[in-house]
Amino acid sequence: MSNQTRIETRNLNLRFGSAVVLKNLNMSIKSNFVTAIMGPSGCGKSTLIRTFNRLNDLIPECHIEGEVILNGMNIFDKKVDVVELRKRVGMVFQKPNPFPKSIYDNVAYGPKMHGMAHGKKLDTIVEKSLKDAALWAEVKDRLRDSALSLSGGQQQRLCIARTLSVQPEVILLDEPCSALDPAATAKIESLMVQLKKNYTVIVVTHNMQQAARVSDYTAFLYLGELMEYGEAEQVFKNPSNKLTEDFITGRFG
Amino acid sequence: MVNEQVKEKYVKIFLYFTASFSILVLIAIMFFIAIKGMGMLTVEFLTTAPYRFEYGGIYPQIIGTLYLTGVCMVFAGPIGILAGIYLSEYAPVNIITKILRFFVESLAGVPSIVIGLFGLAFLVYYMHFQISLFSGGLALGFMILPWTVRASEEAIRAVPFSYREASLALGASKWQTIKEVVAKAAAPGIVTGLLLGLGKAIGETAVVLLTAGSGLESFLPRSIFEPVASLPVYLYMIATQGHTSEAYNRAYGAALVLLGIFLVINVFASLLRNYYIKKHRVRFG
Repeated sequence: MSNQTRIETRNLNLRFGSAVVLKNLNMSIKSNFVTAIMGPSGCGKSTLIRTFNRLNDLIPECHIEGEVILNGMNIFDKKVDVVELRKRVGMVFQKPNPFPKSIYDNVAYGPKMHGMAHGKKLDTIVEKSLKDAALWAEVKDRLRDSALSLSGGQQQRLCIARTLSVQPEVILLDEPCSALDPAATAKIESLMVQLKKNYTVIVVTHNMQQAARVSDYTAFLYLGELMEYGEAEQVFKNPSNKLTEDFITGRFG
Repeated sequence: MVNEQVKEKYVKIFLYFTASFSILVLIAIMFFIAIKGMGMLTVEFLTTAPYRFEYGGIYPQIIGTLYLTGVCMVFAGPIGILAGIYLSEYAPVNIITKILRFFVESLAGVPSIVIGLFGLAFLVYYMHFQISLFSGGLALGFMILPWTVRASEEAIRAVPFSYREASLALGASKWQTIKEVVAKAAAPGIVTGLLLGLGKAIGETAVVLLTAGSGLESFLPRSIFEPVASLPVYLYMIATQGHTSEAYNRAYGAALVLLGIFLVINVFASLLRNYYIKKHRVRFG
């Protein structure tokens, strides 16, 4: 396992209009680990990972200062092609959001849009992505069925497969289990752990048990500030910050 | 003082009757036309051409009406869809967009006879398109354009934002997202809107009267620049100038056919809309 930095934020500040959401964030995220970002609702954790694929660009009032470095390149640089960036930094959302298309077409969508493959080669990509998302066995005989006919947990794994299909380097997961039942949650969690072999996984959660179960590195964000960040064991056993301790012990959140 | 509960009861009964009355009007019209027109519905009437006011059938009128709505949709459909995409996806929220939207909506309120007159002056004389299928279809298109724009814009707006987010997050461009995900998800809604516009166009008389033909043509146009017959204009002509029971019967027959086409389109549109709503509610069950 390499031990290099994949994403680094340098003095990252973000506000929506006059509302300051992220305050001077400095953190570096390591390749091939699961990094969890936890914190109470409204602390800015979703906004943070949405800066990593520049999805905040869709919000007109969003102002960003500072840098986010992906493999040595500032993603806010004028030369950066947002389309290419988003291909490299994939995202899975809070609510499963498959397209109203077939299971196959959901996974084939990304590769098709990027002109990566067609025909047999596309079939191979779809199959591999579904296998990597631990969904293949359940859907291999019904690839032409509507994705909306799947259960919530299956839909979320389909969304993961869809993300994997364009071979990203980083996978962002924005509270991927908050709309799922415990059994489906367990499947997604074990999947996250498997995915770190080939990808850098960053997961946002307000559920600190989940952060403890899946993450190698854990960050605690509070009102837009990075309160705590380090190896998961360290953060959970011996937090350096009083607020982190209160959050972990369930005094708020 | 009147007891509030009693008052409530009378109000309810009164409102019930007003609602029933509006339905009764529709039923009365359909019943009247059906009874009067039913006797005319023979194969001969539907498949032969008219001769003067009292003889023959309405074949060129039926086909002419379909031709006219076809030309109208070829024009108003794509422009309506693309303008709808612009208004919902690209138009900035500013004064220019507001003015644009105001004009589109005002166009919907322009009386059809005025649009017909404009069609006559601009398309028929100025552009030299003649009194023709082309002029009539285009003028009809002007008339229903606000509806197709509006229907497309609303159908596209109704597509969940999460679809757009998912597509953009995969690295698809904005246009790819609109073309491959948003427009496809909105398609049934757009088609429903277009069909309702079509329903308006099929029954329109004033616009076609001034731009397409006299209604009594006994031949189908051989080119798009020849005059074309249509059911509404035929009906208007023989009802106002026929003066014989044979002519009136033909008017009722034409009205019944027109009503039939209109009903088929509306039923189809509302079935499609219901299907669309049902399909999109089945989520995350």
